[in-house]
Amino acid sequence: MAIGLTIIYGVLKVVNFAHGEFLMLAMFAAFFGYRLLGIDPYFLAFLTLPLFFLLGIVIQKFLIQPTLEKGEEHIQILLTMGLAWVLQNIVLFLCGPDYRTLQLPYTDTTLKLANVYLSVPKIIACSGAALFTLFIHLLFKKTRFGKAIRAAAQEPWGAYLVGINVKRIYYISFAMGIICVAIAGFLIIPFFYTAPMVGAQFTLIAFVVVVLGGLGSFTGAFVCGFLVGIVEALGGALLPGSYQELIVFSFFVLVLLFKPSGIFANR
Amino acid sequence: MNKKTYLNFLILASMAIILALIPVIVRRDYILSIFINIFLFAYLSQSWNLLGGYTGYLSLGHTVFFGIGAYTSSLLFFHFGLTPWIGMLIGAVLSGLMGLFVGFLSFRYQLRGIFFAMITLAFGVIYRVIFTNSMSLGGAQGILIPLQKPSFWIYQFEGKFGYYYIGLAMLVVILIITIFLEHSKFGYNLLALKGNENAAEALGINTRRSKLGATVLSTFLTAFAGTYYAQYLSYISPETVFNLNLSIEIVLVSIVGGMGTIFGPTLGAFLLTPFSELTRSLLGDKAMGLHVVLYGIILIIFCLVLPNGIIPSIRLSKRSRSMKDA
Repeated sequence: MAIGLTIIYGVLKVVNFAHGEFLMLAMFAAFFGYRLLGIDPYFLAFLTLPLFFLLGIVIQKFLIQPTLEKGEEHIQILLTMGLAWVLQNIVLFLCGPDYRTLQLPYTDTTLKLANVYLSVPKIIACSGAALFTLFIHLLFKKTRFGKAIRAAAQEPWGAYLVGINVKRIYYISFAMGIICVAIAGFLIIPFFYTAPMVGAQFTLIAFVVVVLGGLGSFTGAFVCGFLVGIVEALGGALLPGSYQELIVFSFFVLVLLFKPSGIFANR
Repeated sequence: MNKKTYLNFLILASMAIILALIPVIVRRDYILSIFINIFLFAYLSQSWNLLGGYTGYLSLGHTVFFGIGAYTSSLLFFHFGLTPWIGMLIGAVLSGLMGLFVGFLSFRYQLRGIFFAMITLAFGVIYRVIFTNSMSLGGAQGILIPLQKPSFWIYQFEGKFGYYYIGLAMLVVILIITIFLEHSKFGYNLLALKGNENAAEALGINTRRSKLGATVLSTFLTAFAGTYYAQYLSYISPETVFNLNLSIEIVLVSIVGGMGTIFGPTLGAFLLTPFSELTRSLLGDKAMGLHVVLYGIILIIFCLVLPNGIIPSIRLSKRSRSMKDA
């Protein structure tokens, strides 16, 4: 269920290959925050969000923005790949390659609903993701600021002409994307291991979800997040080994071919 | 043939002669192994360049074709004792067919830009998963190629010399192909559709057939590197030959040198491969991961400062200088 994290792609026009790495950073922050300082991950999330916001702005300003002006897609792909390598290996250098899991007092608590046992942290993660999706959705559709973002995304020049500071919108959108993924990291840390290389697998799955949902559509991303999660879980239960990945990616190829605008595209 | 073609052949010939003399002077295995790595990456990037550089269609899944080459020849040798030379050809044909399949699908449905990159990436993952999970193909452990008495016939050599010269020969051949391509009608078609696909179509170029041709050529040639790699290391596994980072490194080498130029990818390989070897040997055991951090930083700097690569940038600065003079 943790794949609700990929909502954020809708905000970004840039294909960010370093996305999973921010998830990894958040998970490490949560891990060490709890181990060394004894701060609860959910609480720490609120404390560190401004930091992630800042990080997002810095990266957008100094790395992504210059390539946007040159306007070549492949440069952005490579740049974010390079960023992913740097982040992965800095963490590898500092913390070592071990897989770590965080044992919290409530990791194993379950809730009995009718005849089904549900793990509490997973329920929190799921509802957290849903709430956050709703929040972003409202922010985009109901506020002036959201309108400005949508304008800038749809027609940057036009938005610029009517007085929207497009550059600033880009900074904020990117930083918001980073925040979303960081929140996801804090939400899943109670039941998911972390390691320097954990980000890459999430980035790939996130791409699948985003393209399936239609680039730029929140509801699509959210629904397809669940869809991919279910397909993966079913595939894992029915097929041997890691074949579930195969199913997800074959599905991905088919959607790319027949409906590259995504299942839930508005157009 | 015009003057430019002669010039390119002259550069190629002098490069080949110098490189051919190196093992005579330097006999240390370590140095030769670095050169072998350079040849491998230069060859891979050159063949990637035929598609990515000349048409602008960015493939992030070239490991698929590299892996098909490696696995075909190795499996045939392992099970039937078939010489890798023939296995290599079979692998290349299979790889070309796979390229035809991927290309046909993508171009039939008009995938462009980022979507083409995505679909090739997805194929890369699919292949890795299939090969990791099928026991009959070696599974996750991969294949250990049985070592026999070294001879040319079975593509196994004592020491590094044999591999060195085969690598060099492969590089020279692909450079010759690239030079011919750049000055052929086919090459001009590709460059035209890279510039503006609709305009090229309007001029009467069959863009779909040209793109397919470039894809098949590129994937067919990539497979040879797979066999070369498998024979050189005599061990292959899904994790190494279908590795996503390998796909990216191939692209990176081309971009640093200059996409869509004849010698760009080779230049890139000659710069990047020794750099990564050097930092790995200096930092690898002391500070885990730090050499990849450096590599990543270089990649970022290149994207920001020289997004077109070295060779086109030199050309541009020359042109602007001559314009100032005039």
